Order: sequence, then C-alpha cells, then structure tokens
Amino acid sequence: MNQKKSITEKRRRPADKAAYVCIFLFTFLVVAMVILFVACILYKGLPGLSLDFLTTAPNPIEQTIGILPSIINTAYMILLAILIAVPIGVGGAIYLCEYAKNKRLIRIIEFTTETLSGIPSIIFGVFGYVFFCTLLNLKVSLLSGALTLTIIVLPTIVRTTGEALKAVPASYREAAMGIGATKWYMIHTVLLPSASRGIITAVILAIGRIIGESAALLLVAGGSAMYMPRGNFFEQIMGSGATLSVELYRYAYSRGENEIGFSIAVVLLVISVLLNVAVKGINKKLGGEKNGK
Amino acid sequence: MEHSILRSAKTKSAVEHVMHMLFVVCGLIAVVAVLFISIYMVASGGPAIAKIGVWEFLFGQIWNPEAGTFGILPFILSSIVATALAIFIAVPIGLGAAIFLTHIADKKTGGVFLFIVELLASIPSVVYGLLGAMLVAPMIFKLQNMLSLSQSGSLLSASIVLVIMILPTIISVSVSSIQSVPKAYNDASLALGASKMQSIFKVILPAAKSGIAAGIVLGVGRAIGETMAVMMVAGNAAIMPSLLGPVRLLTVGISLEWAYSSGLHREALYGIGLVLFVFIMIINILLSFILKKGGKKS
Repeated sequence: MNQKKSITEKRRRPADKAAYVCIFLFTFLVVAMVILFVACILYKGLPGLSLDFLTTAPNPIEQTIGILPSIINTAYMILLAILIAVPIGVGGAIYLCEYAKNKRLIRIIEFTTETLSGIPSIIFGVFGYVFFCTLLNLKVSLLSGALTLTIIVLPTIVRTTGEALKAVPASYREAAMGIGATKWYMIHTVLLPSASRGIITAVILAIGRIIGESAALLLVAGGSAMYMPRGNFFEQIMGSGATLSVELYRYAYSRGENEIGFSIAVVLLVISVLLNVAVKGINKKLGGEKNGK
Repeated sequence: MEHSILRSAKTKSAVEHVMHMLFVVCGLIAVVAVLFISIYMVASGGPAIAKIGVWEFLFGQIWNPEAGTFGILPFILSSIVATALAIFIAVPIGLGAAIFLTHIADKKTGGVFLFIVELLASIPSVVYGLLGAMLVAPMIFKLQNMLSLSQSGSLLSASIVLVIMILPTIISVSVSSIQSVPKAYNDASLALGASKMQSIFKVILPAAKSGIAAGIVLGVGRAIGETMAVMMVAGNAAIMPSLLGPVRLLTVGISLEWAYSSGLHREALYGIGLVLFVFIMIINILLSFILKKGGKKS
C-alpha cells in the first residue's frame, strides 16, 4: 500500500521507540531512587549528628544518646574477622591457583565457596549460635560474631585474591622458579607483592560486608550497645555488643526512634562511599599501570 | 627471609612442606564450613521437625508458640510470594538498566551509573529497612486507608524493598553476560539491516540468556534470604499472605522471636532455619547447573 517509501527515508519503528522509552525510564528510576535515598538519609540524619553523638556512650540518666560503644564493637569485629579471615582466604586462593592439581577437588572447593556466598546471613547466624556460642561455649560475644563473620567474608576474599593471582603473568613464576627459588619463596617474594592490590581490594570488600552485617550478628554477638566494652582485651571480646548496623536496627525498629537510626545511617553511608571510592582508586591505579607498560 | 636461598636444602624442603600443608588446610576450610553448616542445620533443626511432625510443621497454617502449635506454611508462602513479586518487578528494570549501560550510555555516563549501582549494592540492609519504613510504607498506608484496610506493614512494602535490594545483583550479572556476547553478533545483525533495538532484543539478549538466568537465580537467593530490611517493613504477623496485609517471611520467623524463645519454641526456630537452608541449597544447585550449561555452550 505504502510502496512509495524511498530507502533513504527513515522507517518508523514504534516498537523500538517503546523499547528506548522503557530503557531510559528504568535507568532514570534507578538513578532517581539512589538520589532520593541519599537525600533522605542526609536530610533526616544530619541534624542528629554531632561530635557528642559519635564520641560518647548513651547516658540514660541525662538522656543523651551516643554511639561510641557500637563504633568500638564494629572496630573489634573488623579487626578480629579480618585477622582471621584474610590469612585463611589468601591461603585458600593460593592453594586453588598455585598448588591444587586435582580437577575434582578444585571443582568441589569452588562449588562450596560459591555455596557459602549464597547462604543468607540469618543461616550463618543460626549456625554460629549453635556452633560457636553453644558448642564451643564462646557465648553470645564479639568473638563469636567475628568467627561467624570470618565464614561470611571468606568467599569474597578467596574470589578477589584468586582473580589477582591469576592476573600475575606466568613468566613471573617461571622466572623465579628458573633461578632456583623454592615454591613458597617464589610465592611470598614474587607472587604476593604482585597481587597485593587485589588482596587490599579483598580486605576492603570484606570490611564493607562486616560493617553492613546485621542479621547474623543480632543472633551471635548481641543486640545492644548501651555500655562501653569493659575489662582487658579478652574480657572485651568475650562480652556481647551490637555493631553500628545492629544498633541502627535496635533504635529504628525496636524503639521506633527513626531519627537516631538515620544518624547512624549517615555514618554507614559515609563509610560505604569511602570504601567504594578506595576500591575504585586501587583498581584505577592498577589499570593505569597496566596500560603504561 | 632474604637469606632463605642460602639455607640448607633440608630446612627449605621442610618449610615447603609445612607451607604446602597450611595452604591445603586453608583451601579446605570452605568445604569444611559448608559441611559443618549442613550437618549442624540438620542436627539442630531436624529434632524439632520430627517432634512436631513434618506435615504439621510444613503445612500447618497456625503458628502459636504459647499453645505449642508450630505451622510454618504462612511463612513459606509469604517468602515465595514476596520473592516472586520482587523478581517480577526487578527483572525488567534491571535488564533495562543493563542494556542502557552496555549499549546506550557513553563511557563516562556508564562509569557514573555503574558507581551508583555499586553504591546501591553496598548500602547495608538495615538502612534499606529504615528507608522502606520511611518512604515505602507510608505510600502503602495511604493505599490501605483508601481500601479501608487496617494500616500495617505489608507484603507489597516488603517486595518493593526487596526489588531495590536485588536490583544491583541483577544489573551487574546481566551487564557482564551481555558484555560477554561476541561483538560480531551485534555487527552481523546490524549489517543485515536490523535496528539497534532489534539486534539487542533478538540477538544479544538471547545469546546472553544463561548469564541473565543466573543473575535472576542469584536475585531469588538474595531475596529469599534477606532478613533485616523485610523485618522492618513487612508487619510480621504470622498469618497467610495477602498483598496488602502484614506477613512474616521465613527469615523473619527466625530472627523475630529469637531473643525470647526457649525449649521446643527455639528448636522450632532452628527447624525454620533448616527449611530456609534447604530452599537456598536448591537455589545454589540450580545456579551451578545453569552456569555449567551456559559454560558448555560457549
């Protein structure tokens, strides 16, 4: 009917137009959502944020609220979990990339690592409670929390370190072995320094996960941070205490004090952004170096 | 350490041996962890399910710990419906955003957008719960008022929060699977006269479908396992699910009553953990199956 169309004339494609509209709409939706979230957190949370809020413990008599205990608990949790998880995770990645020869064993390890990263944190909480708190008799404590977190962040560390190790050229290994270095000597003098940026990235990602974790810690490390940790180091890590995320939950959900929740959310958001920027910075440097060669 | 080359061959081989063993142990920790988790989930959840009765536990419609009635069918159905609804909404949005990122945005816009998505992924789930209670729930309250329903947390609020939380997963997995489609496919399709959109929807997406399917399954796993955010918006009543009524998901079933439960009640919570664990293992196995199939093809 419409045969008079020339081939140079652009054909109308309503389906294409609709697809474009949907794609732009969805993308806009995602961006708008993030902007709305950040604005809402800052708007609600910034007014409650002060130096006192960050550097004091809650005082029920004077009715002041402070989050220092939960900041200290979070720091302990990061310190302990990273100290345990990084050697294990890096060691696991080294085994997978450098030592393991049995294909079936490699597949089993990779599958279980994937499985671990798919298990939700509430399951880790139940397991951590049964195993660390009850069976090993560590009670509901920061240490139980850190041990549970070790399993939670292990897949992230193994995967990220593994990628970094795979990116180290085979010639580095061959050169080191060729001049007579033993395997472990080659690993700790050549391989690990070359993969150090990847390992640092793994640590940062793990810290992000630890800071955000709440469901598991609610079960194994305690749900409240009213008091500063007391006693010596061991007494402190054997005591229970909430991290920042768990404390946010306690204020916002259990006590209905959303403003305090938002103030803690500002702190968490700032940490998330800083960690993200740090990962970007490290990877950019890495990319730049590669291009430079 | 610098003198290690000078040491005797005997010490060196001993060190080599010890380090090798250490690495083996580190490598096996993930296997041991999964094994232990499986064993202890069954050992702690099994007895309660046996005591209550498998049928009564899984298909009982009433959860009343004081009366000793433990039926978790409402939790199971709520989890399934909330997850399905979230996936249904999140997949088109996530795919749209992934197409924008890979085929429409220039490098700079794409970089900014990717940073935004990564930020979305790194926000802790309690913060999403807080935002959901502040931004999403009030909208649902209005809807409930209009329909003269009682105002409460709801399945719909929970699903919307879940959509936001699984979007980063779906977007990033879709982006990497779309990017791994050979550029020649797109070029060939364009050369045959297809428009950009036609080649995206008819050539690239079908070629990337196993990766996208993996992303969806990952999203299902995340949604079904999410606890804190949904606990803060879902209302948490132990009743059969309805779209605008309060619901309690499986995960929330464990955490909500954890602090004050004891005896058979606590054991029943372990039982819920076991059911959730079985769901997650099925999803994991499905995922590795999809990835294997996709890997074989390419």
